[in-house]
Amino acid sequence: MAYDLKMRVWRGDADGGELTDYTVEVSEGEVVLDALHRLQATQTGDLAIRWNCKAGKCGSCSAEVNGRPRLMCMTRLSDFEPSETITVTPMRTFPVIRDLVTDVSFNYEKARELPYAELGPRDADGKRRMMQVDVERGQEFRKCIECYLCQDVCHVVRDHEDNKQHFAGPRFFIRYAELDMHPLDTHDRRKLAQDAAGLGMCNITKCCTEVCPEGIHITDNAIIPMKERVVDRKYDPLVWLGNKIGLRNKDNDGRAEV
Amino acid sequence: MISESRHPMTGNEMSPEARGGMERHAYDVVVIGAGGAGLRAAIAAHEAGARTAVVCKSLLGKAHTVMAEGGAAAALGNRWPEDSWKVHFRDTMRGGKMLNNWRMAQLHAQEAPDRVLELEDWGALFDRTEDGLISQRDFGGHKYARLAHVGDRTGLELIRTLQQRTVQLGIDVYMECTVTEVLKDGGRVAGAFGYWRETGRFVTFEAPSVILATGGIGKSYKVTSNSWEYTGDGHALALRAGATLINMEFVQFHPTGMVWPPSVKGLLVTESVRGDGGILRNSEGKRFMFDYIPDFFRSETADTEEEADRWYDDKLNNRRPPELLPRDEVARAINSEIKAGRGSPHGGIFLDIASRRDADYIRKRLPSMYHQFKELADVDITAEPMEIGPTCHYVMGGVEVDPDTQQSAVPGLYAAGEVSGGMHGSNRLGGNSLSDLLVFGKRAGEDAAAYATTGDRPTVDEADLKAAQASALAPFEVEGGENPYTIQHDLQQSMNDLVGIIRTAPELEESLGELERLKERADRMVVEGHRQYNPGWHLALDLRNMLLVSECIAKAALARQESRGGHTRDDFPGPDPEWGAKNLVLSIDADGTGVEIAEKPLPVMPDDLQQLFEDK
Amino acid sequence: MATTDHGVTSAGRARIDARTLRQDRWWLSPLATFVVFAGFVVFATIRAFMGRDYYASPYLSPFYSPCLGDCVEGASDFGQPFAWWPLSAALIILVFPLGFRMTCYYYRKAYYRAFWLSPPACGVAEPHGSYSGETRFPLILQNVHRWFWYAAVLVGLVLTFDTVLAFRPMPAEYAVGDGETSGVHMGLGTLLMIINVVFIWLYTLSCHSCRHIVGGRLRHFSKHPVRYKLWTWVSRLNESHGTWAWYSLFSVAIVDFYIYLLATGVIQDVRFF
Repeated sequence: MAYDLKMRVWRGDADGGELTDYTVEVSEGEVVLDALHRLQATQTGDLAIRWNCKAGKCGSCSAEVNGRPRLMCMTRLSDFEPSETITVTPMRTFPVIRDLVTDVSFNYEKARELPYAELGPRDADGKRRMMQVDVERGQEFRKCIECYLCQDVCHVVRDHEDNKQHFAGPRFFIRYAELDMHPLDTHDRRKLAQDAAGLGMCNITKCCTEVCPEGIHITDNAIIPMKERVVDRKYDPLVWLGNKIGLRNKDNDGRAEV
Repeated sequence: MISESRHPMTGNEMSPEARGGMERHAYDVVVIGAGGAGLRAAIAAHEAGARTAVVCKSLLGKAHTVMAEGGAAAALGNRWPEDSWKVHFRDTMRGGKMLNNWRMAQLHAQEAPDRVLELEDWGALFDRTEDGLISQRDFGGHKYARLAHVGDRTGLELIRTLQQRTVQLGIDVYMECTVTEVLKDGGRVAGAFGYWRETGRFVTFEAPSVILATGGIGKSYKVTSNSWEYTGDGHALALRAGATLINMEFVQFHPTGMVWPPSVKGLLVTESVRGDGGILRNSEGKRFMFDYIPDFFRSETADTEEEADRWYDDKLNNRRPPELLPRDEVARAINSEIKAGRGSPHGGIFLDIASRRDADYIRKRLPSMYHQFKELADVDITAEPMEIGPTCHYVMGGVEVDPDTQQSAVPGLYAAGEVSGGMHGSNRLGGNSLSDLLVFGKRAGEDAAAYATTGDRPTVDEADLKAAQASALAPFEVEGGENPYTIQHDLQQSMNDLVGIIRTAPELEESLGELERLKERADRMVVEGHRQYNPGWHLALDLRNMLLVSECIAKAALARQESRGGHTRDDFPGPDPEWGAKNLVLSIDADGTGVEIAEKPLPVMPDDLQQLFEDK
Repeated sequence: MATTDHGVTSAGRARIDARTLRQDRWWLSPLATFVVFAGFVVFATIRAFMGRDYYASPYLSPFYSPCLGDCVEGASDFGQPFAWWPLSAALIILVFPLGFRMTCYYYRKAYYRAFWLSPPACGVAEPHGSYSGETRFPLILQNVHRWFWYAAVLVGLVLTFDTVLAFRPMPAEYAVGDGETSGVHMGLGTLLMIINVVFIWLYTLSCHSCRHIVGGRLRHFSKHPVRYKLWTWVSRLNESHGTWAWYSLFSVAIVDFYIYLLATGVIQDVRFF
């Protein structure tokens, strides 16, 4: 079931570039990355692609296929008509290095700004006890493969370069949520999430959730709960009143603001 | 934001000499590779006070460790209080057919629990038991449920935890930077030389200690679960630096890789599928593993389906299902069934969990397998069986190291993780790899940091740097040769066909001839374009390593005239006690283009450990 | 080539002039949202300002419930504390459901996309020069959603009460046969109000703030089994929050319109028993 696929691939670097047309033979069961690899092996050996596992597990081959942020290894050609031209471009939120490879250092910068897990002492027998129901929410966020497609699609930085400085992006909001929901962590990062990470910049239009290849409910399970936690801290007079009269949520005991 | 003097990709400070000339950095310990072993080593070296850098071919967090699915084996005793390091040690040695370096197997079994608990301190969220402890799952070759896990994405959890720890400690990471030479000062290590993939510019790391943590060699094979990075860089760097490799004939073919569609052929299907109840059937519907129980494991393996099925719930009074034999046994059995014409439509056999467990259980326990088959093959594993076949997965062989310190024959050169040899003997048990990374990563990092403070700092020879540059740029100089993709393709095909699961002397000899021809072709290969992010050039440089390592495998496979673990000779079908007492040691030959082979007796196990194998 | 642009055509990014390369009909969903929302807003505004035809015994339009102004006879079940209010009685209480929906996490997504084009769809460049999200006045007020939720629960209770009252016997002038005016009655209006109140509750209870309050704010579900159970129920409802938002929007409009038709005498209620 082999056929000739028409592709338009963005070729170039930071100084400029353009969509270039190719025709490449592909066969049944293949994905966009297979087609590009065949291009690389047969027509244009220096086509730059970032990829690793080719199984949707490492999150390296992020790009935009027909304008939609996708993992190239998980985009099956059978999702398209054989006559359709498939356009592949690098992620359009990050600076391009060459061809389909972008400079994603923005994300590594943001990772560095985040205060890490800081657990209290272990139990007497040297082990830790956490119940499955208490770790499950965090586990969903730890499924993240750091493909940065959510960061790519997020209009806060995609459409506004100047916001990059003050906005950590969906990938790191799920990290904040993960740590805030960790049963044994000792930090309270709500203030940071609001101030330094720019949680308030998010207008929950949910594109991050739509593009997540791991199906993480970024908006509903992480960003909105984080916004609600910020509200707890700052905008809920009932909580404020409760604190004044000594009625408070003991669930947050042992946490210190960072 | 990133300042001018920082590298745009990594944010690392670039040295002033970088402008115009070659970029140079000085460290105490340089770790090559950012998988589990590399990151664990870097953390240990940093904590021991050494100035530490990690250099890796991909972005941080993408290394092959993310592909590990099942779990990390550690005798925590959370499920089975009867479990202890001694049982784990015994399982490991028996799985490796007693060819393991006993001391490494011992340290591994003793220290794995601490290394796993440590991850939790750093934020890892393992699945829990009802009591809130780390849950442990069954795996092939392990007597007790022993694998700490997170669904079927344990490797991701491990690497993310180590990655976050590395960033938290502020360790410098050089991403998308490939090391092509280990530099020496006399007999000892002086640093490493490489290039930025992004710009093609060269970079030199001056350091008294270099830790190789580059993983395996799977990309030399056509059907493999390994990613492009697995080109045997560390193995080749060590050889060229004067270190030795052992056990290179032992390549693990994982019994269950995807066979269809072609573009994902070889992609791993976790052993947890079998650990959680999946069984193997041939095209006649027969559960064939009962026909392949070797004498060595007969006393601990169920011989009826009834007993095997009871075992999942009552492990004390029943023996293990034969699907959970060590990987080499299962892979050979599958291979035989396919060869006998009882394979599935796409040339594999059937792995069935759909008829054995309900859909919710499968989705919960094996989420990424469910996802993988659904997305890539349009197969719903909760409703139909998977088609699977053996795939090149892991190399037991690697750099010969001191078991306590992981130092190689070259002072200052260390190896940890898959690139080191000895720990797993002739066959690795599932789950022992993730714990191996942690245990020996830490040991290597600590000793490398300590070694770096002894004596005066070595100096890098400028002539060596010139030579390294010339060598790296050579593919641009040639005209009219072949492109590296073709040569790589032919290498993979020939290794798959001639040095695969079942081997014979004539085929191995043929493969050595083929390798010589491939080497000649590689000398004349050309790359197009320029140095900036040029995958053709990158492959050309990696290909040299692949060829050298492939030669090691083929030579050792030809020399070892027996079948044991991951090495099966059709012309020598059984194990031979004489061969069971020695390793094959490989070193680079005098003109630096080929390898030489020598025999070396195994270290002798002390009596108290020997006792463990006689009791039962 | 450096540009002065700020979005996908910023300097350094891959040089592609198109604002999006999507080939599907990405504009369809925001357009549909725009049309339907705009239609509802027009309808609701007209009905809210009319100040009449909101009560057809025993049915009270949800736009006017509770009717606290100078309402028609029989409509005020909670008295008339705002009898002095010169305008439509709907305007007194409509601020609560309106505020609840305006600050709702689902509606925010819908109207930011459809009305503000921020962004119109995923991977489609938005037309604005700068963006500060919900960090400044007035959008920082979205944080008070929880307060509107508290109010929405009260509104839900009132609407439930209205629905119970919708089982009241009909007044004599509507009675059929020999003028039966006692016992229990149910008509199409009652049924519509039941459907409406069910959707209103599904929408109210599936709210993200509700999910947070019942259990989401906890760090240790294991120590609060009841709240955890509640949280899992609300979480399940929450997955379809957007659906309930739409359904309840339609149902509220339909009930109001049905009562309008009854009150203006255009149609007669269909009586089941």
